[in-house]
Amino acid sequence: MAAAAKLMDFDKALELFEPVLGFEVHVELNTNTKMFSDAPNPANEKYHAAEPNTLIAPVDLGLPGAMPTVNETAIRSSISLGLALNCSIAESSRFARKNYFYPDLGKNYQISQYDEPIAYDGSVVVELEDGTLVTIPIERAHMEEDAGKLTHMGGATGRIQGAEYSLVDYNRAGVPLVEIVTNIIYGAGHRAPEIAKAYVATIRDIVRSLGISEARLERGNLRCDANVSLRPRVAEGEEPALLGTRTETKNVNSMRSVERAVRHEIQRQAQILADGGTIIQETRHWHEDTGTTSPGRPKSDADDYRYFPEPDLLPVQPTSALIEELRAELPEQPVARRRRLKAEWSFTDLEFQDVRNGNLIDEVEATIAAGATPAAARKWWTGEISRLANSQDKDAAGLIAPENVAALQKLIDEGTLTDKLARQVLEGVIAGEGTPQEVVDGRGLAVVSDDGALIAAIDDALAAQPDVMAKIKDGKVQAAGAVIGAVMKAMKGQADAARVRELILERAAQ
Amino acid sequence: MVSEITPELVRHLGVLARIQLNDDEVTRLTGQLDAIVDNIAKVSEVATSDVAATSHPIPLANVFRADVVGETLTHEQVLQNAPDAADGRFRVTAILGEEQ
Amino acid sequence: MSDLIRLTAAELADKLTAGEVSSREATQAHLDRIAAVDSDVHAFLHVNDGALAAADAVDSARAAGEKLHPLAGVPLAIKDVLVTTDQPTTSGSKILEGYMSPYDATVVARARAAGLVPLGKTNMDEFAMGSSTEHSAYGPTRNPWDLDRIPGGSGGGSAAAVAAFEAPLALGSDTGGSIRQPAHVTGTVGIKPTYGGVSRYGAIALASSLDQVGPVTRTVLDSGLLHDIIGGHDPKDSTSLTDAWPSFADAAREGARGDVLKGLKVGVIKELPDSGFQPGVAASFRASLDLLEANGAEIVEISTPHFEYGVAAYYLILPAEASSNLAKFDSVRFGLRVTPDGNPTVEDVMSATREAGFGDEVKRRIILGTYALSAGYYDEYYGSAQKVRTLIQKDFDDAFAQVDVIATPSAPTTAFKIGEKIDDPLQMYLNDVTTIPANLAGVPGISIPSGLAEEDGMPVGIQFLAPAHEDARLYRVGAALETALVDSWGAPLLTRAPQLAGGTR
Ligand SMILES: [Mg+2]
Ligand SMILES: [Zn+2]
Repeated sequence: MAAAAKLMDFDKALELFEPVLGFEVHVELNTNTKMFSDAPNPANEKYHAAEPNTLIAPVDLGLPGAMPTVNETAIRSSISLGLALNCSIAESSRFARKNYFYPDLGKNYQISQYDEPIAYDGSVVVELEDGTLVTIPIERAHMEEDAGKLTHMGGATGRIQGAEYSLVDYNRAGVPLVEIVTNIIYGAGHRAPEIAKAYVATIRDIVRSLGISEARLERGNLRCDANVSLRPRVAEGEEPALLGTRTETKNVNSMRSVERAVRHEIQRQAQILADGGTIIQETRHWHEDTGTTSPGRPKSDADDYRYFPEPDLLPVQPTSALIEELRAELPEQPVARRRRLKAEWSFTDLEFQDVRNGNLIDEVEATIAAGATPAAARKWWTGEISRLANSQDKDAAGLIAPENVAALQKLIDEGTLTDKLARQVLEGVIAGEGTPQEVVDGRGLAVVSDDGALIAAIDDALAAQPDVMAKIKDGKVQAAGAVIGAVMKAMKGQADAARVRELILERAAQ
Repeated sequence: MVSEITPELVRHLGVLARIQLNDDEVTRLTGQLDAIVDNIAKVSEVATSDVAATSHPIPLANVFRADVVGETLTHEQVLQNAPDAADGRFRVTAILGEEQ
Repeated sequence: MSDLIRLTAAELADKLTAGEVSSREATQAHLDRIAAVDSDVHAFLHVNDGALAAADAVDSARAAGEKLHPLAGVPLAIKDVLVTTDQPTTSGSKILEGYMSPYDATVVARARAAGLVPLGKTNMDEFAMGSSTEHSAYGPTRNPWDLDRIPGGSGGGSAAAVAAFEAPLALGSDTGGSIRQPAHVTGTVGIKPTYGGVSRYGAIALASSLDQVGPVTRTVLDSGLLHDIIGGHDPKDSTSLTDAWPSFADAAREGARGDVLKGLKVGVIKELPDSGFQPGVAASFRASLDLLEANGAEIVEISTPHFEYGVAAYYLILPAEASSNLAKFDSVRFGLRVTPDGNPTVEDVMSATREAGFGDEVKRRIILGTYALSAGYYDEYYGSAQKVRTLIQKDFDDAFAQVDVIATPSAPTTAFKIGEKIDDPLQMYLNDVTTIPANLAGVPGISIPSGLAEEDGMPVGIQFLAPAHEDARLYRVGAALETALVDSWGAPLLTRAPQLAGGTR
């Protein structure tokens, strides 16, 4: 591996240079079948766990004589996504063959769209963490197919470098992709890494709200290629400098990584340029473990893809009726939705940011829909559930079903559980012991609301501490605390402390 | 028009097409392609900008398949013609050479 | 020689239906014929060892009183470009030696469903690139009329098989004339249907926008019968047409009655240079036109000014698409693998495999196609060639506004000697001058025997072209002329072919 690159301090890099960005995001659609075959689509949750080479139709392997057919649902999903990105939908778009040899590509060409993409000229508004809105221009969104998966064997690292041989699984070959390509993004300045992250998050929110992708970055349902170049800063009013040479960092698979990768490229390129070096136009690989990028496969012939119209497939010419039907079905844009929910829930800026930054908007919304108040839903998700998720190194979203959170809160509101007991029930639900009620029953955790049992315990405690009753009667009500503590201990915490206090005071008044 | 077929170009095309060509083949192909290209280049004489391109002889559009899972190949069928396989997958030699 | 093999498919079908002959007898007769003469002809790359079992299945179904397709039990030869689950498929290439497809081509599946009995896989130019079947990796097929001559190509095996009475029916594929030109040089009938009329699914692609699968037979009626079985919409081929096709067998029967020629306007292309045609070919063509006229047809001179660019456009589009279609043969998932010494990379293995596995003509066209598509040349070559297609379609539209069909000689020369043109690819490419325009425009074409060339006694064919979707017109006209010609000869042309004894090679 190459030695670690020298990095310039980020703020200094931004003083000297202006970063220019561009993104290509590949979205795996969650259709039942592949883009060009009726084999099951592993990017659909139903088929995610399939064994290698078991989701295969002849065309996925490029078998002699096999021919592609176009998945209608993938077309509809692509149009919906194009519309959600405020794109124009092409009256006529077509598929092309992108020719290059690689063992993960069954036909040794990828069916993609080239000169006639299905959607073009759009924009998407992204919201940074502090609420700033930035508009990202979209050049195009086009349909294509994914390649198979290579596993590199026999090397020390599992990486392609140093491997002795590789194994190919073609399950992923033919998974429907929409590739979203931005125009060049100027003026990001020091917020470039943050914008990169927010952009990917927005695309994820959009495809999730459309229901067209599982949208799980860790599974590669969404993959970002980040293009970064630098150009010298010029004084206000001067001609901008020419664009610098860009690098393309491939397949960055988490939001945090997108942010880090852009930051890293800015620092790395700035140092090279400041040292009088030149940037090589290349693809670079992001390494999650070290937080660095390294040069990718050298492009010996990859630039000459010999595109030509796919003769086995026909143009896609959606009717305006179809486009309008899909436009009418579009969900609310993420930014507008967030504004609406914040108002509906009466959250402060800070409260809402907490929810949003934890990616918990959907969960909170569903919890409220299941009957909880906005405040209670927020408290659970950003509080105890996030804490537990953190300790288990998991995402809070998905840790527990929102209905269960609402049910838990209901048990508190009814007096069945105290806050403290509720936390134990939460752990039980997350551990898979069932619904909150089932955990309460299973663990025997409900609050003791039988006054008789409480009074008996109070009497036992008063007998053990004979001076306390005198003090209370004397008006030193705080002395009741010691008795409450003893009662709670005797009841193993399953009593409502307020009720215990009430009963003690009643006793004193007798 | 002067033909631009050179041995270097033929060698490059061999790399693009993944066909290892020896020197004799390069020489022979250079001459043959040169003659062929001289003959076929005349298509550009009539291919003026006002003529549309035809990619499909019979015009059709919007030919789609319903998103319903069909019959897949069995794992045995998938691998039945594999020159080399291991662990349920196709096996190929190293993708990168040592110098890479 | 058994009489069974001399029957047309229609005649054999009648005997099978009537119970006069069993499919086993018919199949065995053809297997015997193959055993006797195919060492000379070499039409087959593989003979189906399951043929008799398939025949028996038809016979028992018939005995059990099942309702069978009228052609059930008739043997069928299958061009090796079509994938089959029960026999290897090589497309005439070393790179696919021993390849077993896990699925059947749609036309093969339909033939099986109709009860046709697969006899074997027929020889062809490697990946259908050629006009002589000399470019097969498994050795040339020989013309039954003269074993020193080529049987045409790429489907020389299918044409030779039916011409040598080794099979009554065969399947072919036609990218630039590979059904019609072999028919021309072997005295048989071949049809290239309208593009999309027959499914390409399972036909190993040469040039996807030009390829069509079609029938290869000894009579026009037999072609119609086979076309009825294999044709029609197939959802597995997106370019497959959804037309409700008429019965082509019925069209042939209607044509055989002869009156369709009355008032028929037959276009003859002004620009086709007389000089480019062998005298015997030109003479046979003119004689056929005279016969058409004598039967009431009107010969009309038409102009197709852009046909002269057809060969050039074809030799850009075909190699370009082929270079991409043949990229899948890379040693990873199927086919040959050649691993060079040392520590080869995947790229080295792929390049060595393709070097060893492809023949010269295939390499030549892949390199040419790679060039035509590569950055900076696309517009000049592939893009321009696609525009020529538009112009040729326009020529056809203009012509068919004036005439019902266009007639041409099917090819410029009769069968040439094996080896005669092998080192001159350009000369070889000019063989397809009359057949190529139909593929470029997607229109259907038929070649039927028109006679023998005086100078060499070899067969000559006449080609008819019709507008897209009008395949039935070709069957009517073809059958009408066929009937008139056979009447004038007193017997089918193939009765004049030499009797093959076998064992001469
Ligand atoms: Mg890209
Ligand atoms: Zn892409």
